[in-house]
Amino acid sequence: MIAEAGLALLWFAAALAVLQLFTSLMTLRGGDGSGEMGGIVRPAAIMQGPLVALSFAMLMWLFIRTDLSVLLVAANSHSAKPFIFKVAGTWGNHEGSMLLWVTVMALSGSFLALVERRLPERTMIATLAAQAFVSLGFYAFLLFSSNPFERLLTPVAEGNGLNPLLQDIGLAFHPPTLYVGYVGLSVAFSFAVGALITREVGPAFARAMRPWVLGSWIFLTIGITAGSYWAYYELGWGGWWFWDPVENASLMPWLAATALLHSASVLASRDALRTWTIMLGVVAFSMSMVGTFLVRSGILTSVHAFAVDPERGTFILALLTIYIGGALALFGARASTVSEGKRFSIVSREAGLVVNNVALTAILGIVLLGTLYPLLTEAFDTKVSVGPPYFNPVGAIFAFPMFVALAIGPLLRWRSDRFGRIGKRLILPAVVTVIVLGGALMFAPDIHILPLLGLGMAIGLGIASLVPLFGRNLLRTPLPTYGMVLGHFGLAVALFGMASESAFSTEKLVAANVGDRVDVGPWSIELTSMEPVAGPNWTALEATMTARYEDGSPVMLHPQSRTFTQPQQTTSESALSTRWNGQLYAVVGEEGADGRWQLRLWWKPFVPLVWLGGLLIALGGVLALIGRVAGDVRRGLQRRRIAMRRESKPLAAATTGPAE
Amino acid sequence: MTTALKPKHQRLVLVVLALVVLIGAALLAIWGLRGQASYFYVPSDLVASPPETGKAVRLGGMVQEGSIKTLPDGVTVTFDVGDGKVTVPVRYTGITPDLFVEGSGVVADGRLAADGVFVADTLLAKHDENYMPRELQDMTDAQAKAVVAETE
Repeated sequence: MIAEAGLALLWFAAALAVLQLFTSLMTLRGGDGSGEMGGIVRPAAIMQGPLVALSFAMLMWLFIRTDLSVLLVAANSHSAKPFIFKVAGTWGNHEGSMLLWVTVMALSGSFLALVERRLPERTMIATLAAQAFVSLGFYAFLLFSSNPFERLLTPVAEGNGLNPLLQDIGLAFHPPTLYVGYVGLSVAFSFAVGALITREVGPAFARAMRPWVLGSWIFLTIGITAGSYWAYYELGWGGWWFWDPVENASLMPWLAATALLHSASVLASRDALRTWTIMLGVVAFSMSMVGTFLVRSGILTSVHAFAVDPERGTFILALLTIYIGGALALFGARASTVSEGKRFSIVSREAGLVVNNVALTAILGIVLLGTLYPLLTEAFDTKVSVGPPYFNPVGAIFAFPMFVALAIGPLLRWRSDRFGRIGKRLILPAVVTVIVLGGALMFAPDIHILPLLGLGMAIGLGIASLVPLFGRNLLRTPLPTYGMVLGHFGLAVALFGMASESAFSTEKLVAANVGDRVDVGPWSIELTSMEPVAGPNWTALEATMTARYEDGSPVMLHPQSRTFTQPQQTTSESALSTRWNGQLYAVVGEEGADGRWQLRLWWKPFVPLVWLGGLLIALGGVLALIGRVAGDVRRGLQRRRIAMRRESKPLAAATTGPAE
Repeated sequence: MTTALKPKHQRLVLVVLALVVLIGAALLAIWGLRGQASYFYVPSDLVASPPETGKAVRLGGMVQEGSIKTLPDGVTVTFDVGDGKVTVPVRYTGITPDLFVEGSGVVADGRLAADGVFVADTLLAKHDENYMPRELQDMTDAQAKAVVAETE
């Protein structure tokens, strides 16, 4: 009965989405948005969240009980799986992850309808209409082509199990985090459509949209960082970014969201870049749809791609076309009616943000083309793959100018400024950059150009990102400013990690007997023993390595070659030892015919900074979000207080009401 | 100077500027893709029209029965990849993927060396029905049968 109840809840929620769309469209046709129908829109949206969440809980329950009469559970779970992976297995498959997507979407719809009261009601109704339209597509997708609650006619004796690569704690958090990010962008998209329909593109729209963009951007940042770390230690290849299509699928929405975040802040504070912000809202959501399409249709293979299913691919492609085509058509029809924003000079913070936006969009285009190119050539029967030799240099051409703008931009004033005023504050970062470049060339003359520039830029940027705080009263600096500084500093930290990893990593690949010593970088590692070990649903050969950093105390490492029983598959579990200045990475391979073991060891200086930087960026976003939301709440309370005072003492309030 | 511009003109300047940069990005991307994309070869193609020595390409096919040999260093393997018609010798230094066995499909990223051996940087093996290198899917239907028939 659980499965049937879950399905019924889903149908009910879909019906409410129809109601939400219908009533909001009727209201929009009717006029000011205060009609009888208009009163139904918000409750219809609010109801959907709990309904779908309950449906998702039903599916999770089925997975926890390992109900093998349900097709999805039988295909993806196994009774002997550890509890946490039974729970995580709920969304470790196509249907479950789409249900998770819809759950997050419905919950954000509820939240949006519940709290957002600043925009004119008519714009809000239009926004909720767009939201309902987007949700309906996903409800249809779920109900017609990916029903997670489908029953088996005869229950099977045992499930198929979950792909061992995915039996990792990383899986438990990685996809949901990205989905929250994707869905947040769908809300931003709804706002953009709502603003276009009612021609209310202005600072109020940007302020209402900004927390959603910020929130989804934070989740995307965390998701990408976590995904990168997951690939790093789980795949055992020693790399942290492979330009794999699935990675690109998460990076593209992030790039668009980053651009949108910055242009929305121009719109919110300066009322400029109106049409551009709307355009980015459409692009950002398009990218999350493209990402979903690439991953879910299985049209591209990658380490993460699950099954190939042309029907689903076609369905998502149809959704993509409808949403994006529709939004672009609306944009084309309405863009010219969006009135001009405010002007700014060529040297101003707005101009800096324009550079940021254009560069991010260019990088986005480069990643998109590189990801789709193999598909394009395949239509002409030529199979190609595109990797780092394309993405790294071509992306860098736009990334480095953007970093320069990032160092300068935050120091400039809004509207108009002079370089002379801020020149002095940039001397320190510029000098340090030059010193680092020179130093790196002197000590590592055969360093490649990209890591070299990366190192120099990272240090300079790290200093420059803190300069906006110099000479300010730190106690009175607003939280969003701290957020910006921390986010930019995090980018510098991550960049330093990336550059250092690609410039200074050392690798050793050997076949060693038990008792042999191997040197890699400053480390000396001894293979102490090889032992069989067993886990709940796997057995493994575990190496014990005694590693010493220079003459330090020994560190024990335990990489494994692990064989899962259900489904049968071998994975290598890497072992890491982290120091303040880098990470030792050890993988054990097969035993050769002569009894020697294959060992692969890396010393990667400062590589943890890649993910630390990612987390700092996200933390910067969190600070900005808290600051913005607190500001909004404070202003809301103030407005209410003023309104109340005005009612009781009409005259006094008019003269003494606090200025906003 | 820009401050003297009318808003409409400023918008125009911005749009033109953005377009120029984005078109530049697209051109760069196309140029980069033409130069850097690595093409997929099956052994027959590789023999019929070999790529330039040292150019990054991918090679896909079936690992021939009895061809996997480990060199004395313990970490370098050599094997032959075939498609039922011809075979190409491959050399790979590293830990081989879990499902890399004789008779299974493999995709190797690498380059053709001057001595006619394909030097692989990475190997992707067919994992299971849910995940296998895309190029091999087309192959397993048509060509795998031939390979199997030949080895039997």
